[in-house]
Amino acid sequence: MIKNLKKQNVWFVFTPYLWLVLFFFVPLALIFKISISVSEWGMPPYRDLFSLSENGLEINSTLGNYLFIFSDPFYIRSYLNSLSLAFTSTLLCLLIGYPIAFYVAKSKTSIRNILLIMLIIPFWSSFLLRVYAWKVLLQGSGIINSILIHIGLISEPISMLHNHYAVILGVVYTYLPFMILPLYGYLVKFDLNLIDASNDLGAKPFNTFVKVILPLSLPGIVAGSMLVFIPVVGEYIIPEMLGGSDKLYFGKIIWDEFFVNRDWPIASALAMSGIVILVFPIIIFQLMYAKYNFRNE
Amino acid sequence: MSEPFLQIIDVSKRFDNVVALDKVNLKIAKSEIFSLLGSSGCGKSTLLRIIAGFERPDEGRILLEGKDITKLPPYVRPLNIMFQNYALFPHLNVTNNIQFGLKEEKISKEEINHRVNEILNLLELNGLEKRKINEISGGQQQRVALARCLVKKPKLLLLDEPLAALDKQLRVQTQFELVNLQYKLGITFIIVTHDQEEAMSLSDRMAIMKNGEILQVGNPVEIYEKPKDKYIANFIGTANIFNVLNKNNQIIIKELNYEVKNINNKENYVKCLIRPEKISVKKLENQSDNLNIGVVKEVAYLGSYTKYLIEVNGFEFYSFIQNSLVSDNLQIRRDDKVQISFNETSIYFFND
Repeated sequence: MIKNLKKQNVWFVFTPYLWLVLFFFVPLALIFKISISVSEWGMPPYRDLFSLSENGLEINSTLGNYLFIFSDPFYIRSYLNSLSLAFTSTLLCLLIGYPIAFYVAKSKTSIRNILLIMLIIPFWSSFLLRVYAWKVLLQGSGIINSILIHIGLISEPISMLHNHYAVILGVVYTYLPFMILPLYGYLVKFDLNLIDASNDLGAKPFNTFVKVILPLSLPGIVAGSMLVFIPVVGEYIIPEMLGGSDKLYFGKIIWDEFFVNRDWPIASALAMSGIVILVFPIIIFQLMYAKYNFRNE
Repeated sequence: MSEPFLQIIDVSKRFDNVVALDKVNLKIAKSEIFSLLGSSGCGKSTLLRIIAGFERPDEGRILLEGKDITKLPPYVRPLNIMFQNYALFPHLNVTNNIQFGLKEEKISKEEINHRVNEILNLLELNGLEKRKINEISGGQQQRVALARCLVKKPKLLLLDEPLAALDKQLRVQTQFELVNLQYKLGITFIIVTHDQEEAMSLSDRMAIMKNGEILQVGNPVEIYEKPKDKYIANFIGTANIFNVLNKNNQIIIKELNYEVKNINNKENYVKCLIRPEKISVKKLENQSDNLNIGVVKEVAYLGSYTKYLIEVNGFEFYSFIQNSLVSDNLQIRRDDKVQISFNETSIYFFND
């Protein structure tokens, strides 16, 4: 395809790639470099990879950072915590988002546009502000506790903030639109006659859902789940604001290593291994999925 | 008609205050091909969807073999529907589409395979078993949709505009195939269509619908020759409708100034219909003939027959002449004066 492009068009196509190389791969390479450096006091807080000394060229490289994080269950546990948070919230987003997406896709055009705007409106306010709003809602003197006390369900405030449930709540709230919108995109194209046809052929509503609706909206489910799962694994702000000390998450650990411990090599090694552990299964999954889709088209 | 196979009793349906069906009554016999014919918005599709069970009527009942099925959900009704766009499952291949409905029944795997093969043979779909739906032609998709219904051995098959998605050549061929298939299987067919030719050629009987009401039910000949009113006369084929005057026991076709002599029944009819093919025109040889004389305004040669637009006293009507005697009527040109004749038995009188 690229062969057929004129010269000026080649630049047009390659500009985004150039952007990616400059602002994604170059920083990634820098992080990788730091992750195999030896940490020391100073600014920057690691020793240069290559240095000239009396003995000639010296290479100060180590895999020790990686060995260290993989030998310490603390890091592994935080990574597993993040994975489980991502998994739980993706599942919840799917369970909550699917019926909403279905309802929006199947409502009349006039109502549909209003519903879509309602889904997007929260994005008009700052993400930080929205998470902070939850903090206000959930805290001891917050609205929810006040109402519960007022109607006499509880006598003193229950602590709803600073635990991993609050984190899940915040994550699901924040990422729900990212699940709904791609799902909506697939469901809105769905031919309702297929549901009638399935019913007519003897399939009860549940079977119709499993055999017809679900397989045909699978691409939307995959897209939505990716959009939620991947960013949540590295999510830092929500656990920081709503979470407590009951569970530590990966994003928070990287932050702490960088800015609290000032151990850049360890933080970089953590970031790199996070990417590798997450990226390879996803690439494999995408390849398999592309093959499956190709067979189906 | 003895015990009706399907009975529709006083069925009404509204959508947001728009009346879709207004007290519709119908009786359909076993093993007949019945068409619901009407222009779009007449309620024919709503009626079909109510029979299928996708919609509930606001009032009225539906009886199938005497059993009330009004409140049964579609998945327990012993009938199937073929959709206009076929609604084949795009994620399944031909075989899986066909056996979809059988898998919902408690049938052994051998039985399913046997029945699928049977229907594949019947509809000449062999060799396409593993194909995806978008890998087969429109005509093949239509047969898969038909197979998917027929493999369930329904008591009643509903067909929503079954031929609309096919191109013209295929449509004629498929029309005959459908009729043959129905004859072979003896399943009752209810066909919804807006195409009067399709309805005429397929149906044993048909119902003409307008504004949620059934105007007339009858076989194609009755509907064509004896339409109940002007709307039906114009809807089916081309209609020449004349006003009728009843003066001193004389029945006169006003526009032609022609007195109908051989008429026993002298009711107060106000209109009459003469179909174009029943009016013949002949080039005027000598002026002496004092019979009806008209002027040819338009001539359209269509191969098997020719259409003439004739004007008499400022009133225009059509005459269709079979081109069997080429030498005769092909001489007639525009602006020629012609002599008009028709048999009095082909005049059909009605009250507006």
